[in-house]
Amino acid sequence: MLLRLTPVVVLVLLVVPILAGVAMALLPAFGYLPALGGESFSLAPWRELLAQPGLARSVGISLASGLITTALSLAVVLLFLAVAADTRLDRWLRRLVSPLLALPHAAAAFGLAFLIAPSGLLARLFSPGLTGWEQPPDWLILQDPWGLSLMLGLVIKELPFLLLMSLAALPQLDAPRRVALARSLGYHPTTAWLKGVAPALYPLIRLPVYAVIAFASSVVDVAMILGPTLPPTLAVSVLEWFHDPDLAKRFLAAAGAVLQLGVTLAALLIWWGLECLTRRLGRRWVENGRRRGGERWLRLTGRGFLIITTLTAGLGLIGLALYSVAGFWRFPDALPTTLTPRHWQTALPALGGPVATTLVIATSATLLAMLLTLAALEHEQRRGRRTATLALLYLPLIVPQIAFLFGLMVLLESLDIRARLPLVILTHLLFVLPYVFLSMAESYRHFDPRWTRLALTLGHSPNAAFWRVRLPMLLAPILTAAAVGMAVSIGQYLPTLLLGGGRIATVTTEAVSLASGGNRRIIGVWALVQAILPLLGFILAMGLPRLLWSHRRGMQGAP
Amino acid sequence: MKTTSHPLALERIRIALGTKTLVEIDTLIDPGEVLTVMGPSGAGKSTLLAMIAGFLDPAFEARGRIWLRGRDITALPAEARGVGLLFQDPLLFPHLSVAGNLRFGMPRRVKDKNARIEQALHDVGLAGFGSRDPATLSGGQQARIALIRLLLSEPAAVLLDEPFSRLDRQLRHEMRRLVFDRLHHAGLPSLLVTHDHEDAEDAGGPLITLA
Repeated sequence: MLLRLTPVVVLVLLVVPILAGVAMALLPAFGYLPALGGESFSLAPWRELLAQPGLARSVGISLASGLITTALSLAVVLLFLAVAADTRLDRWLRRLVSPLLALPHAAAAFGLAFLIAPSGLLARLFSPGLTGWEQPPDWLILQDPWGLSLMLGLVIKELPFLLLMSLAALPQLDAPRRVALARSLGYHPTTAWLKGVAPALYPLIRLPVYAVIAFASSVVDVAMILGPTLPPTLAVSVLEWFHDPDLAKRFLAAAGAVLQLGVTLAALLIWWGLECLTRRLGRRWVENGRRRGGERWLRLTGRGFLIITTLTAGLGLIGLALYSVAGFWRFPDALPTTLTPRHWQTALPALGGPVATTLVIATSATLLAMLLTLAALEHEQRRGRRTATLALLYLPLIVPQIAFLFGLMVLLESLDIRARLPLVILTHLLFVLPYVFLSMAESYRHFDPRWTRLALTLGHSPNAAFWRVRLPMLLAPILTAAAVGMAVSIGQYLPTLLLGGGRIATVTTEAVSLASGGNRRIIGVWALVQAILPLLGFILAMGLPRLLWSHRRGMQGAP
Repeated sequence: MKTTSHPLALERIRIALGTKTLVEIDTLIDPGEVLTVMGPSGAGKSTLLAMIAGFLDPAFEARGRIWLRGRDITALPAEARGVGLLFQDPLLFPHLSVAGNLRFGMPRRVKDKNARIEQALHDVGLAGFGSRDPATLSGGQQARIALIRLLLSEPAAVLLDEPFSRLDRQLRHEMRRLVFDRLHHAGLPSLLVTHDHEDAEDAGGPLITLA
């Protein structure tokens, strides 16, 4: 039966391109690439790489960005969960966080850039009143050499991701009872959560945390918008070498891609070391018997940081919208003097093609991912056991994109495969599939098995039970997973750029390519379109079940 | 509703988990008779039901044969056994109307489905409920719909998995009478699993207690 093959198909689809890609980056990194005249192995590419000016700094910033972004996001998530109660503010914050997840990285980065730039929204809001600035200050806030704005831009996106992952894992832990027990022993609720729940929560979100480290240490699009330029982060340098008209630079790029793999690996190893240290020190802290301390401070930071992050993202979007319709806008003015539809009018003819391409790619990749996910989960249900190998789903999220996409390109070029659109769709699938699977697995696995048994005892086949019971009853989580898949695909930059050979234009590649131009009004238009597309998917995913099941009260809540 | 005159035969059934024997049973349930199986939690009552219905977890080791309509159904998939199941909860499909739930259970070959649904609803005092959303029904009404859904699916035998335990006292008594009455009239061999001695008394059939 076909179902039985799905776990194998999934693994082949995910693992083979990554392994092949890494292998094909390793060969040219050591001088072997016959197509470009590299007939024998040598260390020349590495010597050239080490001679690159500012390499140490690039590596340092990539490493720091991976570790600091993750540490900050995780700390805020844990603090927020520790202090969060069932108040209106907290419910509201939790609800605001999920749309943030749909926001493409590039759009969030542009939003942040428009907010904190010397002539950005924040400076305008406080000028000249507080700052006394009549002219934008000559400060290097954006693309600062330390990568601080890059890390901030990443936190805006990774914080919601870790928060949602934690919220999804928490029900398994029965947190309210743990806290109640600790409180009955005299612990303050916040300390009770940090000592009684957090240590059990961390193992459940470890893989997402590793994915964040890998992503933040190797991201390309956000680093092109917010990251330092002289030198840029390692991943951006690798891309530049890859695109160098001098094809001999490919060897350098390959060595860089392998170094990026090492940097990400190093970041993961350092984190793992910190984990061990925290575990050792943490145990002593958990057992030391202190029942309270610093709650006020914790509450302030936990909520405060989350509010700041949410506000930053929200204000950033408003900034994008404002710039996209701004006419004349003198510096310290908080709002434009005139509004104009002109930027939209000029952009509109150019928008159509990329929007259509984006949707074609996202829809195809998502449909494929849904098909594979449903088949794998249904197979698991019928077999009655979880497929352990599915942990490998995280592989594409942990191996840095630039490291294996580069090798994959080399491989495809040497095989002379140039089917650009299908290749882009398949590489998007690598990143869409894990997220679709992760977002659907919980509801699928927790679906009451009695429904299927009932259908069988009423004489229906397992297939009929799937189509007529499971699928319609799980429509809401299935559509949500589809919206997640669309959002992931829409936000992809590097796979589209590399596998499309620069010829496939999506809203994301177009928006990011505008970054160097610096025309904020045009960027505003494109980034806003990029932000709206995935949001539309989520609105559809939430609205459709309500519309379809408007006469079925039992289908209103999630099953 | 169609009557069958076939008994359900449980021939030297033995279910074991590892080295521990959970259930041993060897009995014949006549048409229209309700066999009650009682016993503490963990005694293997649900395991027995799962084996007869065809959902036994492969971790268990089951021996013996199950005969129904003169066929050996031990190895058949659940949907081909002709064994109907009544759960603790009514489990009306929330995405289907009341009539949709009933139609879902009816065999394909049945011709005048709508008329039979109307008649069945009428018989349990729920005439005209066909287009209703099951979520808007009371607990007792849902239990009755679940019962006629089971009967309309024309099973050859019925398993009852503590179907009255979630109902309040008053309703429980009413439902018991309705259910046992219907099963008796339909001439179905039935097996009831329960904690409640009153269930066993009302069922009026033989009683087996698992240790």
